[in-house]
Amino acid sequence: MSQENNRHYDVIVIGGGATGAGTARDCAMRGLKTLLVERFDFTAGATGRNHGLLHSGARYAVTDQESATECIKENMILRRIARHCVDDTGGLFVTLPEDDLEYQHNFVECCHKAGINAEPIDPKDAIRLEPAVNHDIIGAVKVPDGAIDPFRLTVANVVSARKDGADVLTYHEVIGFEREQNRITGVKLRDSKNGEITSRYADLVINAGGIWGHHIAELAGVRVNMFPAKGALLIFGHRVNNVVINRCRKPADADILVPGDTISLIGTTSSRIPYDQIDNMDVTQEEVDVLMREGTKIAPSLAYTRILRAYAGVRPLVASDNDPSGRSISRGIVCLDHATRDGLEGFITITGGKLMTYRLMAEWATDLACKKLGRDVKCRTAEIPLPGSELEAHEGGTVMTRPKAHIIDLSTDQKAAEERHGSLSAEIKYNTLADEAVVCECEQVSVGELKYAIDRLHCENLINLRRRTRLGMGTCQGELCACRAAGILVKANKCAERTLRDLSSFINERWKGMYPVSWGESLVEGQFMSWLYEGVCGLDEIALPEDKIDAK
Amino acid sequence: MEYQENTVSKNNFEECIKCTICTVYCPVTAVNPDYPGPKQAGPDGERYRLKKPFFYDEALKYCLNCKRCEVACPSNVKIGDIIQSARIKYSKHSPTLRDRMLASTDFMGTMATPFAPIVNGILRLKPVKKIMDSVLKIDDGRTFPTYAHQTFTSWYKKHAASSQAAYPRQAVYFHGCYVQYNYPQLGKDLVTLMNAVGYGVQLLEKEKCCGVAKIANKLIDEAMRDANINLASIRKAVHDDKMQIIATSSTCTFTMRDEYLHILGIDNLDVRDDIMLATRFLYNLIDSGQVKLVFKDGFHKRVAYHTPCHMEKLGWSIYSTSLLKMIPGLDFVQLDSQCCGIAGTYGFKKENYEYSQGIGKALFDQILNSHVDLVATDCETCKWQIEMSTGMPVANPVSILAEAIDIEKTKAVNKVVV
Repeated sequence: MSQENNRHYDVIVIGGGATGAGTARDCAMRGLKTLLVERFDFTAGATGRNHGLLHSGARYAVTDQESATECIKENMILRRIARHCVDDTGGLFVTLPEDDLEYQHNFVECCHKAGINAEPIDPKDAIRLEPAVNHDIIGAVKVPDGAIDPFRLTVANVVSARKDGADVLTYHEVIGFEREQNRITGVKLRDSKNGEITSRYADLVINAGGIWGHHIAELAGVRVNMFPAKGALLIFGHRVNNVVINRCRKPADADILVPGDTISLIGTTSSRIPYDQIDNMDVTQEEVDVLMREGTKIAPSLAYTRILRAYAGVRPLVASDNDPSGRSISRGIVCLDHATRDGLEGFITITGGKLMTYRLMAEWATDLACKKLGRDVKCRTAEIPLPGSELEAHEGGTVMTRPKAHIIDLSTDQKAAEERHGSLSAEIKYNTLADEAVVCECEQVSVGELKYAIDRLHCENLINLRRRTRLGMGTCQGELCACRAAGILVKANKCAERTLRDLSSFINERWKGMYPVSWGESLVEGQFMSWLYEGVCGLDEIALPEDKIDAK
Repeated sequence: MEYQENTVSKNNFEECIKCTICTVYCPVTAVNPDYPGPKQAGPDGERYRLKKPFFYDEALKYCLNCKRCEVACPSNVKIGDIIQSARIKYSKHSPTLRDRMLASTDFMGTMATPFAPIVNGILRLKPVKKIMDSVLKIDDGRTFPTYAHQTFTSWYKKHAASSQAAYPRQAVYFHGCYVQYNYPQLGKDLVTLMNAVGYGVQLLEKEKCCGVAKIANKLIDEAMRDANINLASIRKAVHDDKMQIIATSSTCTFTMRDEYLHILGIDNLDVRDDIMLATRFLYNLIDSGQVKLVFKDGFHKRVAYHTPCHMEKLGWSIYSTSLLKMIPGLDFVQLDSQCCGIAGTYGFKKENYEYSQGIGKALFDQILNSHVDLVATDCETCKWQIEMSTGMPVANPVSILAEAIDIEKTKAVNKVVV
């Protein structure tokens, strides 16, 4: 075992989602020696499988004041510290003719009580503000919703943690704990790539595994009952709307349409699933039907807009009652000190909450960690901008590293890179003409940007690259770029066989999302993709051992 | 399923399946690495522009608007239209004095024609070319088309107008700026040809430039104004006088048929089918047995036909080439269909000159290697470009036909007694 492996940490954080990365950042900023471990890739769980909605909190105002208040506070903080991840689109809560307009009055009142600036406006003004909204609406309320990119947000937290000395291990699964009597002293890790088992030691282990935290707690011998509620979403081919559209009624299926980066997302459904199904997120035909039926009510043009894919995530709610839908449950943060709760020292679980409150969850967990470790350092994550967001935004919200005068001469991919990485995009090098070449044409990702992601953002496979850059997330779903990106990746990892396997799992993962919505252009595209990769490249002919890594 | 039973998206750019054939056929992509190509500039870029206009790439100015991408596209994506519309909507560059001068073909023609000998002489002077190159950024490598001493319409009024009504059938000729100010002979040839088959040639009550150069140079208000004036006269001719509109320029024809609707958003569907190229009009008359052509003896020429981009888009080169092939003694050579590079005003601009000549090179080489006496084409700017770049004479098929027919015998066989 190398010396590094024996290194003793103050804190080990389990889970590479927003909460885990945020906790690692907070711990590192407060001077704790921190290790972040993740079994697959950052954002591989619920963080990468949601709406990407920067909630104003309005959605929870009527049913859950506490969550609503937390949301609006964090909303304002994220606009400051994560401006390269936030798109300030604004939001609308619209009342359809079939909805009760009475709900609106109570809704606005509850928003104001929670500190949310909810402003009822004339439906005609709402239509002017967002022409994609159903023109039959009878009521509209403006709220400070927005869009947030969970991939960028999480990676920015990781980069920040690393800058403050944290170590990071992806593709390392916690398979058990090191313990001394009633104290957790470290974690047993399995390297997902080669199966090697090692241990890392720390004074304190923080379980930030989201829904998978249920299982991690079990490994530690304590019980945290999670409530897996599956939510399915559809991704449309382009931005149908530029303002978030919510339905002004009691939260139900498919009532939020979010403009996320280049696309629009309708969601979600909600259905209870058994815990053993949380890694099998298939979207059913019924779910697609519900999303379309309800979605077209708030934006009729969805009926004839191309759908790129369907996906589903699991809400990591902490079970507290028998509500079968999982919606009336509080999305409040749960921070457990297992020493006081279960008599197990050195172990904290941070769970519940949501993407919007990841920073607050991290703050609570780190406050508790500091208290337990006897450190008295204040949290600064609400004040210090994330890496990428240090510069002021201009040009309609894009954080730009270049002087304004030069922007007009930038190509679309260079502008897109600036938008994706904020001030970090200064690290993208366009040294040669080849670096300027575009790999992913739909999402405008250049060779230079991929090289930067490989060098700096923990990218070992194509799916990692997708999450860091949007490679393969566009209209063609990797049809053109997967092969090109594999060529760049193989230059970095020098392993053709692994990359070929990786290419195959990347294409399969793309296909999985396209399958539930495979009609019209998407079906033609899928067929074309299969000709390219199976027919021309013979990818299906190459007998390779199944790559289990992150090919969910 | 219920909600997406029409499996084709109503958003035309979403019909792109990213096959990239358009980029293979794009003449600009082949020579200019700064141009993202039709796929990226068109449907791919459109998604980003819908997100934020900020993502507009000024490199879209390199698009020739040749529409070869649209011809190549198997998914019926209006790639060229998407790019032109994006340029109009998002580009932050406003037209320069040079752009206005190049685009205002009718205004410049009106100003130059009365002084044609002087203007033509001056435009040929090296120091003048140098000044235009450095001040106006009009490339000094470019040879300017000469201006005619007399406009087509003033010739027509003096020599043709009074006799036209006597012909049993009538058609309206959209002459365009080139025939009007630079080369009235083509208009005269058309009158000769049409008269020979028994058609009188009328002019529109009011004709303005078709607007193609104004659209290309982002002078949209001006283009709209001209288009509406043209359409008003066209409607009168088509609906009231029951006449069809014929033209000798493939680009003018294409612009009035397709660009008015797709780029300017002006509904022209009530008259679109009545606007056509003279060769198509004539071919259909011959094909349906309504008229016949009789040719002179002793016509011996080897002629290569070049397909202009907008002719390719119209799909009509078959009419021009079929007519040419009817001429006994005409040794016909079909050139590969590829862009000559000039694209109207595009090739005159200093920043495009090198690309313009690069695009046309394969065509020029093919012409020089085919040992022909003459090149035939339906587009005036292709004519300038090929003449300048190969030294070969270029003529419109209408002029070649007018030269090849025996006028009296043709009149006789068609029982024309005027």
